[in-house]
Amino acid sequence: MNDLALVLQNVETFYGKIHALKGVSLEVPKGKIVTLLGSNGAGKTTTLKTISGLIQASAGKIEFYGRDISKEKAHNIVSMGLIHVPEGRRIFKDLSVKENLELGGFTLKDESLRRKRIEHVFEMFPRLKDRQKQIGGTLSGGEQQMLAIGRAMMTDPKLLLLDEPSMGLAPLIVQDIMRIIKQLNSEGTTILLVEQNAKIALKLADYGYVLETGELVMEGDSTELRKDERITKAYLGE
Amino acid sequence: MHAMTVFYTIIQQLVNGLILGSFYSLVALGYSMVYGIIKLLNFAHGDIYMVGAFVGFGALGIFGNALGIGWLGITVALVISMVLVGFLGIVIHRIAYQPLLNKNAPRMSLLITAVGVSFTLFNAVMVMTSGEYKAFTTSLGYDGISIGPINITYTQIIMVVATAVLMLGLYWFINRTMYGKAMRAIALDQDACRLMGINVTKTISLTFFVGSALAAAAGVMAGVYYGSIHFYMGFIIGLKAFTAAVIGGIGSIPGAMLGGLILGLLETAGTQLPFVGSAWKDVFTFGILILLLVTKPTGILGKSEIERM
Ligand SMILES: Nc1ncnc2c1ncn2[C@@H]1O[C@H](COP(=O)(O)OP(=O)(O)OP(=O)(O)O)[C@@H](O)[C@H]1O
Ligand SMILES: [Mg+2]
Repeated sequence: MNDLALVLQNVETFYGKIHALKGVSLEVPKGKIVTLLGSNGAGKTTTLKTISGLIQASAGKIEFYGRDISKEKAHNIVSMGLIHVPEGRRIFKDLSVKENLELGGFTLKDESLRRKRIEHVFEMFPRLKDRQKQIGGTLSGGEQQMLAIGRAMMTDPKLLLLDEPSMGLAPLIVQDIMRIIKQLNSEGTTILLVEQNAKIALKLADYGYVLETGELVMEGDSTELRKDERITKAYLGE
Repeated sequence: MHAMTVFYTIIQQLVNGLILGSFYSLVALGYSMVYGIIKLLNFAHGDIYMVGAFVGFGALGIFGNALGIGWLGITVALVISMVLVGFLGIVIHRIAYQPLLNKNAPRMSLLITAVGVSFTLFNAVMVMTSGEYKAFTTSLGYDGISIGPINITYTQIIMVVATAVLMLGLYWFINRTMYGKAMRAIALDQDACRLMGINVTKTISLTFFVGSALAAAAGVMAGVYYGSIHFYMGFIIGLKAFTAAVIGGIGSIPGAMLGGLILGLLETAGTQLPFVGSAWKDVFTFGILILLLVTKPTGILGKSEIERM
């Protein structure tokens, strides 16, 4: 079963009385990009938060490489190699670019390893290297997204959860980011990509799920989904 | 007054103000760090300073026989007090504050809990010491450097230096170590910190440890400096340190250092000014502080988006 990086079985999540996830089951095979689509308020962010432990599932099972993580604390899940890049990037606005990256490598035991990983991120994003002393909050939106992804890559994760990396970015920058995601994946990182922009997500992904008000309503290979009329009407605006 | 006399008085009072300001700064740091990280005005912090003084007093009582009651004994007592009171800070965080943070309790409940912790510490020490003053006896004496009528004791010099060392240490810790960076990051975004693998609760505990240890250091030094300690010595300095933290910009570490020094210097200046004197010094000091806050409500180094209670 080790070819599955992540398995969700009937996961349910509540915010107080609000039933945000009503039994979500999905799989992310190792080495693939899987996308989770859905409109505003569908529960995409909630799904990622439940996986990374920011919220506890009230029922169901979450397995990361065969290990049940549904009761684990968020910071322990990070040490296992599952990294969540949250919606809105959430970089530390008053800290420098370099400090943001260092914190991305908080769980690394060794300062020299941390330095090596920072160099690796700088190779991936030369713009961050030029701005390493700059305060995070002064970066442009695209640069902030690069920093958020770079910060996540500090630990060389086994699984990366990305929540709407295209949000609020100009089309050209979105293409940059998508190219980077593709590259990370080809270098071996498994990715669960949440997007509202179904067009670009399905171009990248191998497989897709569609979430509506806390329930999965559709799934399939991305080539199939791209042709599916319900998808093209609802999410591709065609 | 003769010009030289005025000059000597200024120098002498500058030293006194610096010492007073050092105590305020050390206590203000803990106030500001805790506020920065969990937006709690920890009203028990003055009492932590008081407990620090008593733990140092007790430690000197125990180790004074073997080590003497000079600098060696005092340093050991200071370190013991910092460590023990640091752990007391962690215990208070875990028992009194973290359960409320876990339940997302309203700020006001946290504040009332802090008042409760303050009363608990205050009353516990009052009962244990029968409400008596304790003489903090040392063998330091009044040797020092004299320039004309100015007399600066070695004790004064060492206290200012010790404060500077503690502050530089804190500055290094906050800016150069991973846990220090994590503290600053938690003040900005706790959930994002969890996603970096930072144990937020543990890091908040560490903040309480550091803040309490610094207050304990100030308490021991104040005991040594003034020669006596009592159970309500934390009350006024708690308020003053809170004031210092707000003047500097609460949540800001350099702000707390600066705010404490400014407050100490203003107070000693007040005692010397004609028409002010020691009876009116608080009116003078707080008058200036009100003016300062009216012109810059977020404090000298505070940020405009800082949340106020
Ligand atoms: N902290 C919260 N408290 C209460 N309800 C919440 C909370 N966060 C989300 N919800 C609710 O849960 C549902 C799912 O929200 P979620 O953020 O997961 O949607 P989403 O698919 O990520 O939407 P978007 O595309 O707008 O980001 C929504 O109805 C939302 O109102
Ligand atoms: Mg969302």
